[in-house]
Amino acid sequence: MTHVSIEQLTKVYPGSTEPSLDRLTLEIDSGELTALLGPSGCGKTTTMKMIAGLLAPTSGDVRFDGRSILNDKPEHRGVVMVFQNYLLFPYMSVAENIGFGLKMRKVNKAEIERRVQEMLDLVKLPDLGKRRPSELSGGQQQRVALARALIVQPNVLLLDEPLSNLDAYLRFEMRDLIRSLQQEMGITTIFVTHDQEEAVVLADRIALILEGRLKQYDSADMFYKRPVDEATARFFGGQNFIHGRSDGKAFDSALGHLVLPAGAASGEGKLTFRPENVRIGLQNGAENQLEGTVVDRIYLGTQTRLKLRIGDEVIDVIANPEEVESFEQGQTVPIRLPPGSLWVL
Amino acid sequence: MIGRESLSMRGFRFLTGAVLITWMVLPLIPLAIWSFARGWFFPDLLPAQWSLQAWDYAFSETAGVLDSLWLTTLIAIVATILSILVGVPAGRALGLYRFRGKEFIELMILAPTIVPGIAVVLGIHSVFIAMGLNNTVAGVILVHLIPTLPYMVLVMSGIFANYDPSFEAQARSLGASAFKTFWYVTFPAILPGIIVGGLFAFLVSWSQYILTLLVGGGRVVTLPLLLFNFAASGRNDITGAIGMIYILPGIAILLLTARHLSGRSGAVGGFGRI
Repeated sequence: MTHVSIEQLTKVYPGSTEPSLDRLTLEIDSGELTALLGPSGCGKTTTMKMIAGLLAPTSGDVRFDGRSILNDKPEHRGVVMVFQNYLLFPYMSVAENIGFGLKMRKVNKAEIERRVQEMLDLVKLPDLGKRRPSELSGGQQQRVALARALIVQPNVLLLDEPLSNLDAYLRFEMRDLIRSLQQEMGITTIFVTHDQEEAVVLADRIALILEGRLKQYDSADMFYKRPVDEATARFFGGQNFIHGRSDGKAFDSALGHLVLPAGAASGEGKLTFRPENVRIGLQNGAENQLEGTVVDRIYLGTQTRLKLRIGDEVIDVIANPEEVESFEQGQTVPIRLPPGSLWVL
Repeated sequence: MIGRESLSMRGFRFLTGAVLITWMVLPLIPLAIWSFARGWFFPDLLPAQWSLQAWDYAFSETAGVLDSLWLTTLIAIVATILSILVGVPAGRALGLYRFRGKEFIELMILAPTIVPGIAVVLGIHSVFIAMGLNNTVAGVILVHLIPTLPYMVLVMSGIFANYDPSFEAQARSLGASAFKTFWYVTFPAILPGIIVGGLFAFLVSWSQYILTLLVGGGRVVTLPLLLFNFAASGRNDITGAIGMIYILPGIAILLLTARHLSGRSGAVGGFGRI
């Protein structure tokens, strides 16, 4: 169980004037599963390498339980990194791969054998110890890489895009495996990903990093309900941003006078709401009822995306396909924006 | 696979096979016959009399062949080890990293394969005199590195161009020290290159004539020098016997490494740059 503090961590690569990572500060609780989320090149892999000791920071500090680890060699940090392409050693069998960390720690052979079998059982590959990595499927290689990391019982586990090389079915299986092993062993885990869906399904808390800076550090639902700014909202699939003015209780804009939830900001700003939170149809006594004209209707299989014109604004709505099947271009439809789904940036 | 090969492909293979035999095997036959001949005169197709005299002489104390064989082997082995020690890090730098002046350095490393040795060795000769390295085995080993290093560096840079250094980061993060990382992860990955490059280096050193002659000053008598002496003195039978001994390592190495040299292996990838 290790509490990880990242303090003002900065990296400027030689020959570059812009920092790749700019004063990142994060407190990661012991046993927590945290995602570093951001597009490629945002500095998240840089952060991971600095924690692992594969890259020296320009300034700032990384502390495990209050003690700075920056001067520790990578092999003495108790940090194990699982790379995106698994990097199983091709000259070793699966069992030798998993036992590698213990062999480096001079654990005796019988003990290694016993614990390797234990790990193989845990990742549900009990009979594959003698195989070569090249004989395994991608999903199996991923499990072996995970077993190889967990066997040394690291203080901190780092995962690089743990689900992105897997197909949809395996993603959920792997997600459950990672979560259950991580919870069982209580290992503080940090993973990086560019995929917000991956971050949402796996992490306790998400740190969104855009252009080297921390934007928001929160539980997953807060990124949907309470994004800190437009870039953050857009990263999580936000589409609707309406200019206007808030008095803290209501928002006046091209959409009219809309009631806000408690705690919303005041002043000039942008109103945002998620396309999937727009309700279709009238409801007696409900707040924030509007009418929109259908501009476009895009069928996406499990959902239908509507573009509706309201005044000068066009808003995006995601609806149940059956509900909007009969809608035609130019038709006027009633909608509702529940106050709880609105937020002011 | 062979069954599906096209006719023109089979024709091409036959042709290259025939050319190889004509150029590489046929010239050796008279040499082999000479080593067992006692007088072989025009227009006889085969010697009138056979004898083991030349072989007897070649293995006798007075000929110095055995001393020479030992010395040649020692020089070639030390030159090979030094080539590996320099070639592996150099190949890593050239294969993995981009840096200013890389093309120039590559050209300089390749230069000895293009510039004739005799043009270089005269300059080296005067430097070595000042350093007291002339007429010494150490001097000969050093000067052999000029032609052996390009092969070693090229093979290793080909190997490292296809090598992912993240494996080393992975090993470090699993608790391996820098040395153990090299031993368990890097070394197995680059071993085929070390073997192929090392064998090239060994053969190049083994067959050096001009560099050994000038820097060794006639005091360091390796097998090629001895061979040339007998050839120049007209003793075709002894030349034949020494010649046979001389080509042995080449043949042995060729048989051992034919698999690695097939071009399908990454170990010869570096030669694409020559």
